[in-house]
Amino acid sequence: MFADYGYFSNRLSCECIRNPTLKILVPVKRVVDYNVKVRVKADGSGVDISNVKMSMNPFDEIAVEEAVRQKETGVATEVIAVSCGISQCQETLRTAMAIGADRGILIETAVELEPLAVAKLLKALVDKERPQLIILGKQAIDDDSNQTGQMLAALAGMPQATFASRVTLEGSTAVVSREVDGGAETLSLTLPAVVTTDLRLNEPRYVTLPNIMKAKKKSLEIIKPDDLGVDVTPRLKIMKFVEPTTRSAGIKVPDVKTLVEKLKIEAKAL
Amino acid sequence: MSILVIAEHNNAALHRATLNAVAAATQIGGDVHLLIAGHEASGAAADATKVGGVTKVLYVDAEAYAHALPENLAALVVSLAQPYSHVIAASTAVGKNFMPRVAALLDCAQISEVVAIKAADTFVRPIYAGNALATVRSVDPVKVLTVRTTAFDAASLEGSAPLESVPAAAPYERARFVDQELTKSSRPELAAANIVVSGGRGMQNGDNFKLLDALADKLGAAVGASRAAVDAGFVPNDYQVGQTGKIVAPQLYIAVGISGAIQHLAGMKDSKVIVAINKDNEAPIFQVADYGLAADLFDAVPALTEALD
Repeated sequence: MFADYGYFSNRLSCECIRNPTLKILVPVKRVVDYNVKVRVKADGSGVDISNVKMSMNPFDEIAVEEAVRQKETGVATEVIAVSCGISQCQETLRTAMAIGADRGILIETAVELEPLAVAKLLKALVDKERPQLIILGKQAIDDDSNQTGQMLAALAGMPQATFASRVTLEGSTAVVSREVDGGAETLSLTLPAVVTTDLRLNEPRYVTLPNIMKAKKKSLEIIKPDDLGVDVTPRLKIMKFVEPTTRSAGIKVPDVKTLVEKLKIEAKAL
Repeated sequence: MSILVIAEHNNAALHRATLNAVAAATQIGGDVHLLIAGHEASGAAADATKVGGVTKVLYVDAEAYAHALPENLAALVVSLAQPYSHVIAASTAVGKNFMPRVAALLDCAQISEVVAIKAADTFVRPIYAGNALATVRSVDPVKVLTVRTTAFDAASLEGSAPLESVPAAAPYERARFVDQELTKSSRPELAAANIVVSGGRGMQNGDNFKLLDALADKLGAAVGASRAAVDAGFVPNDYQVGQTGKIVAPQLYIAVGISGAIQHLAGMKDSKVIVAINKDNEAPIFQVADYGLAADLFDAVPALTEALD
């Protein structure tokens, strides 16, 4: 059952030393805009996202920005954006191309994809495209899973650096600073590798109208999970969704003295 | 049914978050084994044998495990996973890093940030920055979970589990630890503190956080921050409380100069008592605060510190 994970294969790393091109793959997700406060449907069957504003996941914007910067400094030669999901994800890919990605790939499916399914789709695409670096957001702000990058690294037998705040590419090595509980740490990874972005990595640029127009002319390939031979059947059954118990507003106190009294006597919090 | 919990530690001692993960495991029921993978980690292993509810401690000592590199840790866990129905770790930076790797190698979905256990295969987790709770049932042979530490009481330290050495997995060569830079603080750890004092953009600069330090010292509290304060460079990143930072649920949370964006509320709205000090009477933070004081923080915080004498 736990046979070959590709852990000890050096095949890819040898190839990338010989290869003068450095391709970066950036997976991007279309999610409810971060400013929207979603509501659970009254029957508990889901979260109501009809007619709400959708945007690129903020962490993925940072991933695209990072890849484009690596290209602008001459380290990377090509940036490919990929999204998995419904047809409308093409808009997200166009945004990535307006930031500076060279081309886009949509893996189109109507199935609600779990991180494991996305990781498998990306693994199949990595086998095809052979990027030396894959930069993902550390988590999507809808499912808050924080899994896909790590899962992809595992399936592809690649090293990973999650929650990155700085990425430096030197030859066949990526030196990555990452955010950990209590501070920061630095890792050195042999390419090809997977990196996931923290908010601190960079400040994504605004997309300009000329760049949006240019992005419309860039190549956008559409493939299906079947083309990649990947089964995307969900492993988790959603039983129900509920609203969390809401906190109601308490009281306003007029001054510090009253606040201390309330905390000591009423709330017993001091 | 038996459950493997992967301990978090710094080799010398067990991390407190492990106790919450063990507590979640004991709620499921069955044998709970605790894995200590480290380097010269006899201190952490000794701590682990005392954790209540643990029936056996598995101990691996190898240099590969000195810094919890996910490639090494995941390969080890997968090599041990065969008899277990559940594999559990705390949803800390370390747990979030290696556990999805374990799940993928086992070809199982992972359920992140579990806040409640309904049955051995059914779990509750927050989505959309905590604005919805999803109950999910796993059909996988092994349930791979990370648990939100603030949702489970810590296991006791009154156990006496036997220690068993297990072999290391082959080391992974393509990832190397270079160095680390930890924020030094004599205050309690943010995620585990009973009282948290947090500052936001309203603090105006890093120097003004001294006001919060003084208040925190009086209260024996940890100091946190909103993303705005972190992004502005007032305090280090690991102070951040919120959807993308730390999730806290202390007895008392004092939010100073924090407006209360969705992403910040996601990290603190399960606190027992919330106090907001903000000069903007309309700030959204007042909608969740038990006690709100609409005042200038530069007057109110020193006055509060003084009033606690």
